[in-house]
Amino acid sequence: MPADKKRFKKGISRRDFLKGIGGGAVGTALSAHLLPPALASAGAQAGSPPLLSSKRITFSLNGKETTVEVEPAETLLHLLRDKLQLTGTKKVCDHGSCGGCTVLVDDQAVYSCLYPAFRVNGKHVVTIEGLSNGKDLHPVQQAYIDHDAYQCGFCTPGFILATLALLRQKASPSVEEIRAGLSGNICRCGNQAKILAAVKALASQKGGAL
Amino acid sequence: MNPLRPEPDGLTYLEQAARQEPVAQPVSAPTKEFKYVGQKVRRVDGHLVVTGKAPYTHDIKLEGMAWGKILRSPYPAAEITALDLTPALSRRGVLAAVKLTTGRVRYIGEPIAAVAAVDEATAEEAIQSIKVEYKVLPFVVSPEKAMEENAPQVLDSPNVQKLFEYTRGNIKEGEAQAEVIIERTYQTSIEVHHPAETHASIAQWKNGRLIIWDSTQAIFSVRDQIARSLNIPASQVRVIKKYMGGGFGSKLGLNDHTVAAALLAKEAGRPVKIVLSRRENAYCVGNRPSSRITIRGGAKRDGTLTFLHMKNYTGGGVGRGDRCSEPLIDIYRCPHVLVEEYSVFTNTCASRPTRAPGHVQGTFALEGFLEELAAELKMDPLELRRKNYSDKNLGDTGIPYSSKGLLECYRLGAEAIGWNRRNPVPGQAKGKIKRGIGMATQIWWGAGVPGTVADLKVYPDGSIEAICGTQDLGGGTRTYIAAIIADVLGLEPQDITVRIGDTDYPWAPSSGGSQTTPSVGPAFLDAALKAAKELKAIASKKLNCPAENVEIRNRRFIDKSKPENSLSFSDVARELRRVTVFHGERAGLPPGFAYNSFGAHFAEVEVDTETGRVKVLKVVAAHEVGRVVNRQTAESQVVGGMTQGLSASLFEERVMDEAEGRCVNTNLHDYKIATFLDIPEIITLFVDSIDPRINNLGSKGLGEPPRIPVAAAIANAVFNALGVHPAIIPMTPERILRLLRPKEEKP
Repeated sequence: MPADKKRFKKGISRRDFLKGIGGGAVGTALSAHLLPPALASAGAQAGSPPLLSSKRITFSLNGKETTVEVEPAETLLHLLRDKLQLTGTKKVCDHGSCGGCTVLVDDQAVYSCLYPAFRVNGKHVVTIEGLSNGKDLHPVQQAYIDHDAYQCGFCTPGFILATLALLRQKASPSVEEIRAGLSGNICRCGNQAKILAAVKALASQKGGAL
Repeated sequence: MNPLRPEPDGLTYLEQAARQEPVAQPVSAPTKEFKYVGQKVRRVDGHLVVTGKAPYTHDIKLEGMAWGKILRSPYPAAEITALDLTPALSRRGVLAAVKLTTGRVRYIGEPIAAVAAVDEATAEEAIQSIKVEYKVLPFVVSPEKAMEENAPQVLDSPNVQKLFEYTRGNIKEGEAQAEVIIERTYQTSIEVHHPAETHASIAQWKNGRLIIWDSTQAIFSVRDQIARSLNIPASQVRVIKKYMGGGFGSKLGLNDHTVAAALLAKEAGRPVKIVLSRRENAYCVGNRPSSRITIRGGAKRDGTLTFLHMKNYTGGGVGRGDRCSEPLIDIYRCPHVLVEEYSVFTNTCASRPTRAPGHVQGTFALEGFLEELAAELKMDPLELRRKNYSDKNLGDTGIPYSSKGLLECYRLGAEAIGWNRRNPVPGQAKGKIKRGIGMATQIWWGAGVPGTVADLKVYPDGSIEAICGTQDLGGGTRTYIAAIIADVLGLEPQDITVRIGDTDYPWAPSSGGSQTTPSVGPAFLDAALKAAKELKAIASKKLNCPAENVEIRNRRFIDKSKPENSLSFSDVARELRRVTVFHGERAGLPPGFAYNSFGAHFAEVEVDTETGRVKVLKVVAAHEVGRVVNRQTAESQVVGGMTQGLSASLFEERVMDEAEGRCVNTNLHDYKIATFLDIPEIITLFVDSIDPRINNLGSKGLGEPPRIPVAAAIANAVFNALGVHPAIIPMTPERILRLLRPKEEKP
């Protein structure tokens, strides 16, 4: 542990982090108490064997069965944006530090820039494109508009999915739980106070089907 | 042209604009009877953003598009002695390669060459294969070291150069009149913009015309500058920007990578996209210059300022630093002022305007100085500011402000924060965790640019298109355009189709300097009033009543004297028989008045004297920006500006390794930005006012104002808690502890 703690202090590179996941217990232990929730859930994937050559995977993407060829080092973010043209998911820091690329994998918020694409095999992935049924907005999306919970909007898809994951974990989080739950996402325009208002309003609507 | 950087004559673009003769007088006096303007209007394009469908530059993919990457200097100073692109060109998948520089490079990240390839990974590998030979030269990256006598020379001219000077009165005389004199030094660190969307451009040559999709705040500047750079007519360039993930001043002009994309696209014969990495964003696309400001000044016992002498050393890398003296020259009544500002050049990338350039640093120093002067005078710091309040610019020696709601900002802000709860004497707070309350004043320009044009198209079926080549940075430009037109034409905001972000549309200034709303809003109001006049004339004939009796509301033209006598909007529009364009223009600024926005922030903090941690508990932001056009998005602007300011006050600093010349925090993990856990209670207040002359809306810009006084207010609150001023941002725990140590170590 001391060696890992030292490494964490220096800042974890993408490679270090993936190694950490491969290391199983170490990665999980680190993420469990030191990393924001989205990262912690990526750490929970520890144990999958590493991919050595390209592989055909099948997963549910916004409710549709999708089969696609992925490369060993390919991230879920790359798969979504560059291969599948789902550009609602944004690349912001490309480093697992800002939450801009957050998507849901089996209802957990994950940083797709750190999440190996091959690991979604057999899982359910939800991106911002999958929230609205085409006619009505999802209540979280509507709340973000009603409370003007964004400015440039670039971090918004990530924030909306992180909000959804948070509310699915707990329908009525306290203000402190909202702050902690969304602290893994950065809004560079500085609109957190407005986001807080939107999520507080959602949290008070208990029992809403989110 | 950069609106905030001085041109050769020493005036910034904003100042030049303010000096222009009026183009025309406003078409109508500001009107109060609005249904949407001044209210909270939801964004008309919100659904696009929250569903991920809004097209940002990062998201655009064209048929046959290639990816470009840029080879950048790994050395802070070097001579390129050889550059060979052949290894890159001979790689599979590489489509084109161009040289961008020869000779000397002066900062890490300076572009050297660029490559286009079939995909991003291939382009990245290709630039690594380019052969470059460097003769490494001595360098200096810290402004302090650059000022030393034997420091390596950064440019071909000295490292320290005069940036700005200003004199009024005679400070010797002011010094003689002073009963209390103090001298203090304040420092601000280099911040990096780090917009969420990194800089990106796509270039395409189509039928001899160059089309650029750019993540930019200034489509027309990019058009004109790239035309000049490539020596092609501006008419053969089109620049498009629909949605952008933040800019904060770092996207106000043409970038090297945009030129590279255009050159590569020409050579490759297909569109080329270049998206900068987060690391490139940290190294290559600007930052807020540092400042080291010393103010020596004095006052009479009753607080009357007699003189102010400011000296600033500001570091902007290979570019100039920021002029930081504007607030000191302008806000407070003071007869004797001397300002000396110097740029200090270092081997780091050139600075760029950063939300309220110069004013953030200058306000931190000026307002800190006043707080410490008030303590010296044993005076309420707010009273000291009121004592030196002025209704004329240049410290009461210039022309009158067209409108100034600062006293009302003071009153509202003091009441909302509970000003009387502060420690009457700084440092009196008890316990290990000490609380304090502080405030700071803000001034900015933001009158908008005369000559901004906008088109309103009325279709015979009654549908409306609003067209202007402006940019929405996230301030909600599309929404207030729709709201203004809807109000004048009796429609709903969602009835208006707004088209912006294209140089093929009518001209608007770059979106920086709080210029957008007071430029674009008035132009559309003008267009809408013209359309209403013509449509009312048609309606009056059909309704058989005088035109002045016709009122438009709820999508109908109504005879006021006989409300049942009415026509639908489309019934009247049909009479136009063709698509009719109404041209609107933002009229001139009546001369003889100064046009400025004002505000005051009040902050309450908690300082843990054991850990050095500063926690901001509450901020009250009171602003006077004339008429608030859309309260919904205006509140967001204030919340955002204040939060960015808090982030810079406590966390943000570009840290350089002086031995290697490298930046050690190039990612968003190491470059600290405020998160949800740092957000205080925020109260946003607007003074209810309408500027009578500034434009037909009576509105001033709001982009920069909320970003300006935050750090000063927080630092002054820390001063109120501890009795010693931090005098530097960011106020990291380490710095706070250092501040406390000597005091506690005293026997």
